[in-house]
Amino acid sequence: MSVLGVISQLLEIALALLLAPLLVGWINQWRAWLQNRSGPGLLQPYRLLHKLFNKESVLAHHASPLFRAAPYIVFSCMLLASAIIPTLSTDLPLSPAADAIALVGLFALARVFVSLAAMDVGTAFGSLGARREMLIGFLAEPALLMVLFSASLIPKSTSLTTIVETLAHRDLAIYPSLAFAGVAFAMISLAENARVPVDNPTTHLELTMIHEALILEYSGRHLALLEWAASLKLFAYSCLGLALFFPWGVAEAHAPLELVLALPALVLKLAVGGALLAVLETVSAKMRIFRVPEFLGTAFMLAVIGVLVHILGV
Amino acid sequence: MSLLATQLINLFAAAILLLAFAMISQRRILSLIHLFTLQGIALVAATAVVGYVTRQPHLYLSAGLTFLLKVILIPLLLHRVIKRLDVRWDVEALINVPTTMLIGIVLVIFAFNLAQPIARLSLSIAGGTLGIALACVLLSFMMMIIRSKAVPQVIGFLSMENGLFFAATSATYGMPMVVELGIALDVLVGILILGVFMFQIREQFDSLDIRHLEKLKDS
Repeated sequence: MSVLGVISQLLEIALALLLAPLLVGWINQWRAWLQNRSGPGLLQPYRLLHKLFNKESVLAHHASPLFRAAPYIVFSCMLLASAIIPTLSTDLPLSPAADAIALVGLFALARVFVSLAAMDVGTAFGSLGARREMLIGFLAEPALLMVLFSASLIPKSTSLTTIVETLAHRDLAIYPSLAFAGVAFAMISLAENARVPVDNPTTHLELTMIHEALILEYSGRHLALLEWAASLKLFAYSCLGLALFFPWGVAEAHAPLELVLALPALVLKLAVGGALLAVLETVSAKMRIFRVPEFLGTAFMLAVIGVLVHILGV
Repeated sequence: MSLLATQLINLFAAAILLLAFAMISQRRILSLIHLFTLQGIALVAATAVVGYVTRQPHLYLSAGLTFLLKVILIPLLLHRVIKRLDVRWDVEALINVPTTMLIGIVLVIFAFNLAQPIARLSLSIAGGTLGIALACVLLSFMMMIIRSKAVPQVIGFLSMENGLFFAATSATYGMPMVVELGIALDVLVGILILGVFMFQIREQFDSLDIRHLEKLKDS
């Protein structure tokens, strides 16, 4: 463990915490522009977090300790997830603690707790949202695992830093399996982050909401933590996608200069990705909930074909 | 250089397979035609890269022919046909989409295994993509079987021709020019005849559902 490694690890965590709300603001701003509205401004998510942290948190009378603990668990899961995904550098002291499979497990842990907390108070919307979240989760997780497998078959390691190091710093090679995995990953991230074809992040309409139904009972600092965790999740997924499919610009170990250059590269890639996401959300309509299994089934199948294309050696 | 070219060919091959899968999962005819056009573009790109690497000028010619035919002319004809038949939002398949996908995966594994010994014999630069080409042929075949309407079946037929063409390019650097011209003409004439055919089916049965054709007599 080098000093530089510790620095880049800390930098990465701080960056994730600070940039994640900005990414959400950026996407919302683009969506507003594309829909001919003027938009709330880039800093709106920070203002929202500030407001929520200063508000009193209201709890239901029969809320169990689990309900109170869940926001902290979810937030720390997402924070750890964004800490082990190599965004700036591949020299991360925390990354041996968790590989790609454990990363999927982290997301699953957060999902289980947020669903349990939603059912805890016993409102109809909470359990409705929890069921839908679980429906999406159990279909998206195997697909995500398959995507990560098809990426990890190339360097023959499931450690995220090794994968990114291999993909970013070996001589230029085009892997057809990654093309399949990339499309599958895009579909999974749309579903997992409650973006438009699967769920609308801005709706509070009872019949269609998934993510909003889960956190309906929360207020004050708990809601702030959950909102922050949601933006961290989006940030983590974006960074994972960038790290696997567009890994150029991520710094190697013992290269302080590259670390300096990695930051603008990451911001640029996230800005382009966020704008593309906004375009995608604007041009597509939300699908019926019963279409979601088909959508995610397609993603799973694409990921499986990615693995097959690699194994059968095209 | 040659390594990068091989990888590029592999990438285009993967795109062709990806589009074949997108086509069997697509329900709307309009999107189906767009996907078919995209597949044509990927095919043109793959052929051109093979031609560039092996310095075979006749492959450029066949790429140009494919572009003219499958990216411009046939999609244009199909657009006209569906506009005049008014079937832009047709949604019908005999098997539901997830099952189709699963069968598709099985077909891909089968095709890859089948093509592996042949690809090992091939000295061509893109020999490894033979499995993908074969998988495309089988997938389009399946698309023709599971669709009950005439227009998707025609598109499946054309997509199968795409797969065959790609197989020829990847295994043996393309067919002789005479054969290629003949096939191009055949496809063009075929689509014209099928277009007329579709109008006739509609005239007779007031629908494009080919299940009506199973009855021999009109009652």
